[in-house]
Amino acid sequence: MANSESPVLMMQGICKRFPGVVANDNVNLEVRAGEIHALLGENGAGKTTLMSILCGLYQPDSGTIVWKGHPVRIASPRQAAALGIGMVHQDFKLVQRMTVAENMMLGRPAPHGPFIDMRESILTVEHVSAELGLPIDPRIQVGQLSAGMQQRVAILKVLSGSPDLIIFDEPTSVLTPLEVENLFKMMQSMVANGKAICFITHKLEEVMSVAKVVTVLRDGKVLDTLETKQTSPRELARLMVGREVLFSVKKDPCKSGDSTLEVQHINTAGGPGQRELHDISLQVCQGEILGIAGISGNGQNEIAEAITGLRPILSGHIKIDGVETTKWHPRKITELGVAYIPDKIRQNAVFLDLDITHNAIAKSHRGAPLATRGIFRMDAIKNHVQKLINEYQVHVASPKTLARQLSGGHLQRLVLARESSRELSLIIAVNPTAGLDVGATEYVRAQLLNQRKLGRAILLISADLDELLTMSDRIAVLFSGRIVGSLDSANSNPEEIGLMMGGTLRPDGKKAYAA
Amino acid sequence: MRHDVENNESMVKQVASDPRSDSVRPGSKHPKEAFKSVFLRALETIGRPLVSILIAFIVAGILIALTGINPFAAFFQFFQGSLGSKNGIAETLVRATPLAFAALGVAVAYRAGVWNIGAEGQIFMGALGATMAGLYLPPMPLLVHLPLVLLCGFAGGAIWGGLAGIFKARFGANEIIVTIMMNYIAIFIVSFLVTGPMKDASGMIPQPQTVELPASALLPVIISGTRAHAGTIVLIGVVAFVWFFMYRTSTGYELRSAGANPDAARHIGINVLNTVVIAMAISGGLAGLAGANEVSGVQHLLTQDISSNYGYLSIAVALLGGLNPLGVLLSSIFFGVVYVGSESMQRAMNVPVEMVYIIQGLVIVAMLLRQLGQRRKG
Repeated sequence: MANSESPVLMMQGICKRFPGVVANDNVNLEVRAGEIHALLGENGAGKTTLMSILCGLYQPDSGTIVWKGHPVRIASPRQAAALGIGMVHQDFKLVQRMTVAENMMLGRPAPHGPFIDMRESILTVEHVSAELGLPIDPRIQVGQLSAGMQQRVAILKVLSGSPDLIIFDEPTSVLTPLEVENLFKMMQSMVANGKAICFITHKLEEVMSVAKVVTVLRDGKVLDTLETKQTSPRELARLMVGREVLFSVKKDPCKSGDSTLEVQHINTAGGPGQRELHDISLQVCQGEILGIAGISGNGQNEIAEAITGLRPILSGHIKIDGVETTKWHPRKITELGVAYIPDKIRQNAVFLDLDITHNAIAKSHRGAPLATRGIFRMDAIKNHVQKLINEYQVHVASPKTLARQLSGGHLQRLVLARESSRELSLIIAVNPTAGLDVGATEYVRAQLLNQRKLGRAILLISADLDELLTMSDRIAVLFSGRIVGSLDSANSNPEEIGLMMGGTLRPDGKKAYAA
Repeated sequence: MRHDVENNESMVKQVASDPRSDSVRPGSKHPKEAFKSVFLRALETIGRPLVSILIAFIVAGILIALTGINPFAAFFQFFQGSLGSKNGIAETLVRATPLAFAALGVAVAYRAGVWNIGAEGQIFMGALGATMAGLYLPPMPLLVHLPLVLLCGFAGGAIWGGLAGIFKARFGANEIIVTIMMNYIAIFIVSFLVTGPMKDASGMIPQPQTVELPASALLPVIISGTRAHAGTIVLIGVVAFVWFFMYRTSTGYELRSAGANPDAARHIGINVLNTVVIAMAISGGLAGLAGANEVSGVQHLLTQDISSNYGYLSIAVALLGGLNPLGVLLSSIFFGVVYVGSESMQRAMNVPVEMVYIIQGLVIVAMLLRQLGQRRKG
């Protein structure tokens, strides 16, 4: 096993800004041959940006990369590959309709000019996969392979360039537990052969079980680099989620009334990029905010879609105001008094290329008072839109302004205004303040609390743990499509929730990983 | 299956050369500035097609000059022939009317996020529906018969377009390919019928065509001594109706929502698959009216070349018209002028009649180039 005197890679003082965000702020990182180095952090902490810089996808604004003792400038992924840096992307970046062998040829220098030698390529795949002990059929179409096998192709593709450093970007997010185990074995054998591995993840358990060194990032900064032997999941959770100081919002004590939303043991199917939901049960009462904590992609949107009727439910029941809505059409559920502020409103809630009026009347566009027998009443619409604009202080030139011209905060105001303008009993909000500045965030939170005061039940699904701790009356933690814990937000601590979010703490209170 | 449909939609978006997927402009603007940009945009919407047309005419003028003909004299003839006389205007309207019907259909489909390339086939099916209503219904007065003929024309096209919509919505088929293929089926169905079962059996006419429709099924002439017929008046009513439907009804609202952002439409509870079928049926129905218009207003019978490529041309007409009802009306008149004007240039100045296609092509190319240029900038 190669030893740890001089690092094979040093990244020093790396800064990278995107409009409005500092993705990497003076980041230092050292990786040695023969070690698995985990990069741990929440979504948006800057892990992927840092690795994208390393493999030539982005150029840093400042800072230096020292590779095997020499400062280098990595202009492109091709150059990174030539240096011996390979990356296994989260989404593999394979062509689904091509065979394994064809995918392996992509992006490699062509040995025969414009002609390809398929037989040679097939032999190469067989050779490489035999050598590494990762059997695969070179003739099979990539689209027909499971996620785990596709990842194997992506790994083989990277390894066939015999790199010295391999970056894995959240490699376990699409894998089954067995596949994860195999992957970790594979990674161990790679480092045993003297390679170095950078392992991007937000799962504490994985860090503890496979990495030797862990660097924790938050808001683009490195917080600490630790040996996993000398740390604990609890410490890592605190570092990753951190922020022991919680902003407090003036919140009246919860006067929860009758149960508004009851979700009983629902299961849904998954799909490409979608989580299966397993046995989800929730209850939200009038005047109560139930927070759903979890790292993005663990089933948050899927829960919201299941309740709003957008996602078919395989088994279980959903009741809203005592009415069984399990198999209802989304429109009927909406009309029952359910407001839904989806994740990524630019994509999922508004029509950027249509005007404010069009956006403001969505969901109210079918019936009275805005339409009679399917025909719009333009004066009613005009008054309605103007009222919403005034009430929610949406900053627009005129109702004919395109939604595209609004800032994120005002767009969210518009959505809030539209959703709150109907008779409501339940509000479902997914990441309602993501990407908003402090003022806009405050406004949105105040509006939600106001709705709570009015006796509405609110399901607040957020990747921002602080937000949940500030806003919710109770918090349920979602991991891998399951509710893994539920607690009162008054006497909960962020570390415990952080552990649950990372899948380390089980619902029964036992730790999955003994620290 | 749902996944397939989504793939299809993203593919359509790529085909659609519209700027809506371009960069997101961050930050809100000062109200005054926002107003200014709204105003500029309005000006741009009107100005853009005019610039394309101007470029097309300049290039066409150069081409005409290269053949040794004075382009100014030729263009004088062009406008004299198409707009300078009662008969010229009438002929321009005769050409513009079917184009406008079909282009209106293309615009409706586009606004709902579907590409209907099947106007040609829908015109044939509409013509067939109108002919059947014209020939096989028992005798009745014009005020009853003519509306039925037009209605059956609409129905013929609507069924043909709606079928394509169902294929897309239920099976995830790409509507561009489906509508193109269905064009051939429609054309051959009509060919078969007019050479066989529906052929004029009098034995006097060798061409494959039906007998003439009775007078009660015909659109009356509106400018005496010309071919201009009441189809144009029907058109104006239909333009107003389509505008009203798209911008003043809940269903129109849902179609436009689904076209502007299918994800958001789904999240606000709109059944995007349904809107696809509805949009395709209406789109096809409007093209069907173009066919009915040709049968009932121009040819007075059904032949196997009832359309003269109006269906394909209507896509360009719709794009030039900015995909809105009023714009489509103006742009179809322009295409009518080009058609009639070019014929007149040929008669008077010996400019080859192919200049029609060259000018049409140039307008489209100029528009695409401008769009590309804007995309580069954006």
